[in-house]
Amino acid sequence: MMFAVGAAAVTITMMLALLRALLGPSVYDRVLAVNMLGTKTVLLLALTAFAMGRPDFIDLAITYALINFIGVIAVLQFFYSRDLRKAEERAAKSAHGGAVGPSQAGPQ
Amino acid sequence: MNWLDWLTALMVSAGGFFVFVGGVGAVRMPDLYTRMHATSLTDTLGSLLILVGLMLQSGFTLITLKIVLVAAFLLVTGPTAAYALANAAFLGGQLPEGLQDGASDDGETQP
Amino acid sequence: MGRLLILAIGLAAAWLVWSGLFKPLIFGLGALSLVLVLWLAIRMKVTRYGSFSLDLAPRLLGFWAWLLKEIVKSNLTVARIVLSPRMNISPRMVTVEPPTRGLQGQAILANSITLTPGTVTVDAHDGTFKVHCLTEEGAADIERGEMARRIHKAVGDR
Repeated sequence: MMFAVGAAAVTITMMLALLRALLGPSVYDRVLAVNMLGTKTVLLLALTAFAMGRPDFIDLAITYALINFIGVIAVLQFFYSRDLRKAEERAAKSAHGGAVGPSQAGPQ
Repeated sequence: MNWLDWLTALMVSAGGFFVFVGGVGAVRMPDLYTRMHATSLTDTLGSLLILVGLMLQSGFTLITLKIVLVAAFLLVTGPTAAYALANAAFLGGQLPEGLQDGASDDGETQP
Repeated sequence: MGRLLILAIGLAAAWLVWSGLFKPLIFGLGALSLVLVLWLAIRMKVTRYGSFSLDLAPRLLGFWAWLLKEIVKSNLTVARIVLSPRMNISPRMVTVEPPTRGLQGQAILANSITLTPGTVTVDAHDGTFKVHCLTEEGAADIERGEMARRIHKAVGDR
């Protein structure tokens, strides 16, 4: 019972994060929402472990925390390089007419 | 319920409150970077309060050690993921909205 | 070499604590994973670049206590802003050059800034930090640079 308030708050927050993921508008907003959903899942797992008397759920929480982090980093790398390519293509297109050089941006 | 249970209930509820406020902020805030401030609300004090409240319930056991590890992972990976997100969005060409004066020069040094 | 040994001991302890089983099969699988992870660590040159400096932790204890206090304070500030009907935000981007020159100090600073609600490190490159702040007060705090000074005092130029 004493975990119910926390679990309810976390669940509602997950819904709010889903709402943000649906609203967007940019892809980074969606990644932010998914990352938030992931950390809330970790908290919900930890709370469930105690509410239902299943301590092994804590192990799931640890695993989820790590996988969520790696997943977010991987997805970001993907979208970031896509954005860079888009910017390069745009610069190349405008370089046809003018003196705009290629983008100086690099991953490092 | 003894006093430890009450303390746990209090901390879990307070943590839930901060988590909820962070969720509200993530929906209400106007742009990506301000939303990130709201999200870090749920990642820091919200998570910490809930996890410390759970630690009080398990005492000095292996479970407590595992919860400490969960908290440590969250506190280390949280800002790293947030930095990766902010940096990718910034270098990817998404500039913050509604900046006050004195900040416009930052936008131009960006690639 | 010493670092590799510490890593091996830490990994073995983690495996034992996690599984809690001392059957030969589980034990053998643990030894196998240990060797695999150590090989990966050597291949990634984890030990050569000093990615983990446990000796910094005791020096940072005082800073962590201060950081926790700051996190609680700024949590309350941001929560009040989010819950107020007219969100009174004045987002700012500040550029600062902290005194820490070492990579580890800069990493600690960037993550500490991000960890505090109301300030997010957007770009850290060549010792220059771009920080997005939710309010003017937060921006003023970053420009005053107390956090950077405390980290510099604790870590030096590591």
